[in-house]
Amino acid sequence: MSNNTPPKTRSVIPIGPFHPLQEEPELFRLHVEGETVVDVDVEIGWNHRGIEKLAEDRTWDQVTFLIERICGICSTSHPIAYVQAVEDCCGGVDVPERALYIRTVIAELERLHSHLLWTGLAGHFLGYNTIFMWGWKYREPVLDICEELTGNRNHYAMIKPGGVRRDLDPSLFPSVHKRLDELKKQVELLIGAVTDDPVLHARLKGIGVLTKEDAIDYCALGPVSRASGVPADVRRNHPYAAYDRVDWDVITAEKGDVYDKTIVRLLECLESIKIIHQCLDNMPEGEIDAKIEEVPPGEGIGHGEAPRGETIHYVRSDGTNSPIRHKVRAPTYMNLPTCKATVIGESITDATIILAAIDPCYCCTERTAAIDAGSKKTIMTGKDLIRLSQEKTLRLRKELGL
Amino acid sequence: MGVTVKALMKSPWVFHVSAGGCNGCDIEVLDCLTPRFDIERFGAVLVGSVRHADALLVTGAMNRKSAYRLKELYRQAAKPCLVIAIGACACGQGIFRGSYAMVQPLDELLPPGVVTAYIPGCPPKPEAMIAGLG
Ligand code: SF4
Repeated sequence: MSNNTPPKTRSVIPIGPFHPLQEEPELFRLHVEGETVVDVDVEIGWNHRGIEKLAEDRTWDQVTFLIERICGICSTSHPIAYVQAVEDCCGGVDVPERALYIRTVIAELERLHSHLLWTGLAGHFLGYNTIFMWGWKYREPVLDICEELTGNRNHYAMIKPGGVRRDLDPSLFPSVHKRLDELKKQVELLIGAVTDDPVLHARLKGIGVLTKEDAIDYCALGPVSRASGVPADVRRNHPYAAYDRVDWDVITAEKGDVYDKTIVRLLECLESIKIIHQCLDNMPEGEIDAKIEEVPPGEGIGHGEAPRGETIHYVRSDGTNSPIRHKVRAPTYMNLPTCKATVIGESITDATIILAAIDPCYCCTERTAAIDAGSKKTIMTGKDLIRLSQEKTLRLRKELGL
Repeated sequence: MGVTVKALMKSPWVFHVSAGGCNGCDIEVLDCLTPRFDIERFGAVLVGSVRHADALLVTGAMNRKSAYRLKELYRQAAKPCLVIAIGACACGQGIFRGSYAMVQPLDELLPPGVVTAYIPGCPPKPEAMIAGLG
């Protein structure tokens, strides 16, 4: 930030801090001059629950339940990464094939509902509440499937060190296949709605661009990096669970703008559906648990591809029945700084959707306020920002004669 | 409080506060708005400012940073204002009990008696929330 501008013209718009879609709610401070964003600060730590410390006084099995509650959406990716760390710590456990397939099914169902959720929220930020309602409506069958297979809509408690906790009932598979086929049509409809709409093209293309170099420099992960042409996906690069036994593609796009991020996420939904179909069809019979007796002293690392990118868990054991150190690195931690590259220089009407493009934030809807840096007077609320964004869509729609 | 509660619950305008939970509950709260559950059928609307709210829907286990903020929000709310604890976390800190980052359970943090309903579950199903609101 340069210092020669008079402070009157620069305003600070805080967005946040509560941001329930991530394990770390964060506070964005947008520094704006006129309509243009000139700088962005991120403050995290608002949702700190001391999970790593809590994990140290739980047993290895109990930690899975705690880790699940890092995030209500990634509630399978974190346990998968954690149990892999424990298995690594035990010197490589032979996890039964069936358990690996079950892990894959649950992880992909989670990706599916997470991406649909994001699409809905992105639609809301742009003033397309139809997409919001559609996305969330289509998400419900996925949650129903989760509930039937695992017993809960979120927090499935399926993963445990050495395998999975519960078996899947094969008599449910035909109805799951059927509902996924329907969902496929609906996702295709959503993709059509996004790709055919000239207003969305005008709104999303070329804004919030994260170039390939920036994506690599900032170590962006998951859909954010894949939309910039970096095919980073641990499911492919370091396969775990049953990802090397099924046929699927890593979706990438080239431009790294918000449009590409949307399309990457939507196309990944189709890949997830494909993976679930294959896993259910090819699921081997047999045990579901390797029955780990004890965890020897040592350390282990596990990773998993959460809907938002790679998550890494590290555990250290001293031979007792709880970890003495547990470290979690969630994907958003790496994706957040990319805002520096994407949001600066854009107008504030686009800021909400650009920040949302790394991952959504609906709570900021209620909690944004613009403060004039000189007078500290609130001049704009979160609702106004969303309204600005929605008005821009309307204006564009008029200009395009729609 | 009986009559007041009854009057307020006719078509409550709710404000949603997330205070240090895992967001499983928050998503289910939002889910209540979408076509499958659609609480607007019952006249309940999620509002953007706490000053318009008849009820606060609180999720999460009250950590150090958010507890202060929650108190502040309750102070700003127009009284009488119902407080509804959603999820195991808000009801009694749930799985995060004992963490160094957590201060007090919700009902000890606010003046006694203001928490009107507890909706347990981790996360509670939207049906449970609707039943709790009604
Ligand atoms: S009650 Fe459960 S789902 Fe709700 S915020 Fe707490 S841990 Fe998350």
